[in-house]
Amino acid sequence: MSILELILRDRPAVPLEAPCIRPDTLARLTVREIAALTVWHGNEEARLGDFFEIRGDPSTEVRVVGETARIKHLGAGMAGGRLVIAGDAGMHVGAGMSGGHLVVEGSAAEWAGAEMSGGVLEIRGHAGHHLAGAYAGSRRGMTGGIVLVHGAAGDFAGERMRRGVIAVAGSVGAYAGMDILAGTLLVSGSLGRRAGAGLRRGTIVAGAAADLLPTFRYACTYHPGFLEIYLRRLRHGYGFPMEDRFFSGAYRRFIGDHNELGRGEILVWTPR
Amino acid sequence: MELNGVRIRDTFAEAFGMRAGRAIITARSHDWALEAARAMTGFATSVIGCKVEAGIEAMLEGDETPDGRPGVSVLLFAFDAEKVGERLVERVGQAVLTCPTTACFDGLPDSPERVSVGGRLRHFGDRYQSSKLLEGRRYWRIPVMEGEFLVEESFGVQKAIGGGNILILAEDADAALGAAEAAVAAMRRIRGVVLPFPGGVVRSGSKVGAKHYKEMIASTNDAYCPTLRGRKGVESELPEGVGSVLEIVVNGLDRGAIESALREGIRAACRPGVVEISAGNYGGRLGKHHFRLHDLLAEEMR
Repeated sequence: MSILELILRDRPAVPLEAPCIRPDTLARLTVREIAALTVWHGNEEARLGDFFEIRGDPSTEVRVVGETARIKHLGAGMAGGRLVIAGDAGMHVGAGMSGGHLVVEGSAAEWAGAEMSGGVLEIRGHAGHHLAGAYAGSRRGMTGGIVLVHGAAGDFAGERMRRGVIAVAGSVGAYAGMDILAGTLLVSGSLGRRAGAGLRRGTIVAGAAADLLPTFRYACTYHPGFLEIYLRRLRHGYGFPMEDRFFSGAYRRFIGDHNELGRGEILVWTPR
Repeated sequence: MELNGVRIRDTFAEAFGMRAGRAIITARSHDWALEAARAMTGFATSVIGCKVEAGIEAMLEGDETPDGRPGVSVLLFAFDAEKVGERLVERVGQAVLTCPTTACFDGLPDSPERVSVGGRLRHFGDRYQSSKLLEGRRYWRIPVMEGEFLVEESFGVQKAIGGGNILILAEDADAALGAAEAAVAAMRRIRGVVLPFPGGVVRSGSKVGAKHYKEMIASTNDAYCPTLRGRKGVESELPEGVGSVLEIVVNGLDRGAIESALREGIRAACRPGVVEISAGNYGGRLGKHHFRLHDLLAEEMR
């Protein structure tokens, strides 16, 4: 299959907003039409072709190359195809995406995968704050799909998640899984302070001992069957770096948040 | 036609269109998975008396199961999808949910025809249950005294065939049983089929209805009963020298799997002491799937 390459000529002086860079949209256009798509350079309207050299034919597989850390909204809202960011991604990468596979080979800034409803967002480096989070005023954050972060993530990861899976190979900052309605947040490293605050339903898995809020109560130590399915799928289906200890270990189950509905759980890994 | 000196009668097995589901039972060990599978497939020899036909299809290693644990796959057959669903709920609920360490998954995930299993069993959790949804498959976590029972919400159902069979006509009971055991061992190596009768073998083949009891929907196949040979009113089908007959019934997910099983079964059953291999049918009037024995063995005859 052909690949469409968008090569950033120079690092933008100020952030470039380019929500038009999504493979499902670009695949339907000609190269000339792609070059004419609107982007915003700060408060100035511009054309995609002003910043990018376009190589290859329109395709559902798109690769963005260059110093991309200042490009915002890459793949935002995409519903299909494959988008690879060969470097870092600016804020809101994959926000609102509903399908397809988005790979950030470097790190992603804040709001990566915010309010996404489907597809796979894979960040090979670190993720900023509000990973797959909910924008101000929204009742729900992520409602579906899979987010994989091979590094660490910032504060408010998975805030108000309703459905889906977020896996972070490193640690996460404060307020991870805050106000989760349902879904699964799996953290191989440690949780920051106030993890799971306001958790209604859903699951937070922690790979390291966690200092939990007093509104979580210990239930038992066991190995949940469903987790085995998730761990195997993440490792074998997505090549996610899932350590062996998660398969062989046990999990201390804490139920909460009792300030809220209290039907959620935090599973803290412990050796067996 | 003869194979290893055993005559293959020019006849056919007559089988029926059914619906089937496949349950994957996993557990801490193969032993516990087998305990659940045996309980689940017990009293499931014939839809006539058991509402369902079921059997163990295969032992599964960890790399073949959703949760990576040892497992057993079970096939369950009934005449329509609704009944497959009802039987799955009953049997998973009574035989798998109750068995230590087990979990139960759909073994036909690509089938568009679905029946709710975990979605109904979840009520055992008395609203303490919870679910997980991964890539479109929902799993119910039902709290139990041991810990948690995990069961998939819906199971696939697909078209299937029930009632493929062979008849082993032997000189005596020992020869018939030995040949049947050999045939069962060979047939059980085929994926996609089960042999729902005890040990895979039927000694009491039946005919439709009864000659003397109007209310009976099935009765002994007198034409194949050696003790009735020569009795007035019995038109024996048994050749001279036959002193015992055993039947092997095979249900399968598709025609190819049943053909393979029948073929392997016949090959294994053709051994000393066996006089003839035949098959049961109703003159072709009842079941739309016919398996001609000579066609199955066409390769041997070339």
